[in-house]
Amino acid sequence: MAHHHDESTHITVLPPDKEKIKKLWTVAGILGLITAFEFAIAFMVPHEYQQLRVWVFIAMTIVKAAYIVGEFMHLRHEAKVLIWSILIPLIFVVWMLVAFVYEGMAISDIRFGS
Amino acid sequence: MASTSTTSVQAPGRSVWDGGVSPMGASYGKLMMWFFLLSDAFTFSALLITYGLVRSSHPAFDVTQGVDTFVFSPEYWPIPEKVFDSIPFMEYMPFETAPLIFVGLMTFILIMSSVTMVLAVEAGHRMDRVAVEKWMLWTILGGITFLSCQAWEWTHFIHGAHHGSAVAEGTTFFGANLAQNQYGPPDFAAFFFFITGFHGFHVFSGVCLNFLIYYNTVMGVYQRRGHYEMVEKVGLYWHFVDLVWVFVFTFFYLV
Repeated sequence: MAHHHDESTHITVLPPDKEKIKKLWTVAGILGLITAFEFAIAFMVPHEYQQLRVWVFIAMTIVKAAYIVGEFMHLRHEAKVLIWSILIPLIFVVWMLVAFVYEGMAISDIRFGS
Repeated sequence: MASTSTTSVQAPGRSVWDGGVSPMGASYGKLMMWFFLLSDAFTFSALLITYGLVRSSHPAFDVTQGVDTFVFSPEYWPIPEKVFDSIPFMEYMPFETAPLIFVGLMTFILIMSSVTMVLAVEAGHRMDRVAVEKWMLWTILGGITFLSCQAWEWTHFIHGAHHGSAVAEGTTFFGANLAQNQYGPPDFAAFFFFITGFHGFHVFSGVCLNFLIYYNTVMGVYQRRGHYEMVEKVGLYWHFVDLVWVFVFTFFYLV
């Protein structure tokens, strides 16, 4: 008696989901464009406007992070309670970042004088 | 003792948190991966916040004198595009500096490997084993390429640039060691190695995990299991690694 070990006869392989794949490449393109925009800012906006540059970089980074987490990691399409479980604790990270950068600037003032 | 409490408006004892269902709509393994990534995000956030604290406690170069007057000095934090301005084989190129080009290439490689990873996940949803293998292989290749680039970056940083070497006590100092570096304060090199090293370690472990899952795919483990959720879970880890790089790239190389 012949034994068949060909698993593919038991499982149907669906054809590629063209819509989904197109969406994924669109997101990839958006990430590339934002990065290119960041490079343009880095080289074209002079360092005298450092504050403005920093805010633009941070905003662009958050946009990229939203696309990676929301679409590539699929969080946007998960249950609401899971989305909030991940996003709400990150408020503390933002809070700490702002607080400690100001702390650092205060240390600089004390060490080197204003 | 009579119990008089009912905590739910549904049938007594039936709440979505009573077990037997997935309140968050995800399997145990996927949920645990998400919470592990959250904890890892805290670790990287701690490193980046400390970096923000220490960097803002150092004086910055006074750009009102013009960026072209910038030289490396331990007195102030360096301007990143003046530090990271080399590419491999630049001796054979017609240009003197290539600011942020190499790190831009690394970012592109890692984002592309994230795209190939998500395509592997998509193929897994359709039980398309051949496509999963193909895209996982591309992802692994992207990871190895990124690590190779990072290794070159570290080597070049330690070895020193042929131009712009700092003068200390009358001698010329190249590159970096455990005590000092030619680019700026000792903290600069310390944070560069620690943060990019910790991230690189995550890329390395991600490559190892990806290879393990690739091997399992080739052996037909997930085909027999009936689903490719494992590919999705390592995919989450890989995207996290990419996400961290996006933040490291911004805070270290752009700001």
